[in-house]
Amino acid sequence: MKTTFVLATLLATAFTAHADSGRAMPAQVPKAYTQECAACHVAYPPGMLPAASWRRVMTGLDKHYGTDASLDAATVTQLSAWLQTHAGTYKRVSTEPPDDRITRSPWFERKHRKVDPAVWKLPSVKSPARCAACHTGAEQGDFDDDRLHLPAGLSAQQQRAWRD
Amino acid sequence: MTHRTHRLVTVLLTCLLAVGARTASAADTSPMQQLERWSAQAGSPGHATRGQQLFNARHGGEWSCSSCHNSPPTTRGQHASTGKPIAPLAPAFNREAFTDTAKVDKWFRRNCKDVLSRECSAGEKADVLAYLLSLKP
Repeated sequence: MKTTFVLATLLATAFTAHADSGRAMPAQVPKAYTQECAACHVAYPPGMLPAASWRRVMTGLDKHYGTDASLDAATVTQLSAWLQTHAGTYKRVSTEPPDDRITRSPWFERKHRKVDPAVWKLPSVKSPARCAACHTGAEQGDFDDDRLHLPAGLSAQQQRAWRD
Repeated sequence: MTHRTHRLVTVLLTCLLAVGARTASAADTSPMQQLERWSAQAGSPGHATRGQQLFNARHGGEWSCSSCHNSPPTTRGQHASTGKPIAPLAPAFNREAFTDTAKVDKWFRRNCKDVLSRECSAGEKADVLAYLLSLKP
């Protein structure tokens, strides 16, 4: 009976997590997305780009932001369908950002407008595309402000700005 | 525990175990088999010193293999532009390294293009495997 209770609790927790509206990641993530895309970079939530942007990304994988990320046709078809289903579902995602870069989206720039440009260049950050440098839950699609982590190397002034 | 709940628990646990077994991906090869495979294709055995040179050289580009995999590649590396962690490449430091043929082929293809702007030859892959297998704790 005890085991049944533990299992029931586990199942309940799983369903609660799925229902959490703060999560940017769909409940079902294809294994290929984790294995192929997230091998090199954070598993960007599909909702953070509009459908047209994902279409361009997936038809240009041989020239993928400076690298050849081409995949077999079956995987491309599978991932494209999933990306199209969940595209543009994140908060205020509608316009196609330049270069189809999430980090050039108006909502992204607005959210990060108080970040000193020098912070993006810190060795502990390197690029605005490296969400996990500050967003500890990025890999799971969790970008809640409560789980932000201060990257190493911030000046006293930048630390003060962070706390504001 | 009643008979019915006991059966339910057994079914659920079996499902969980089945899922676990499927996600632990198929190990269809070993680092030694990969060394033999590339050596056979090249018609000569892999050479650790040559492999080390290839691994650490930039080949006229921006990156070497060690830009992401470290030198020696016995510790956790980091993707040079995205910062994504990369498990140690030397098999003695990572049991999963070179145990999946499709993965070996994919990453040699992609990473050689990033570092050498072309695919690597069988001889070069044999050299790299010989180097990686020479690294011991």
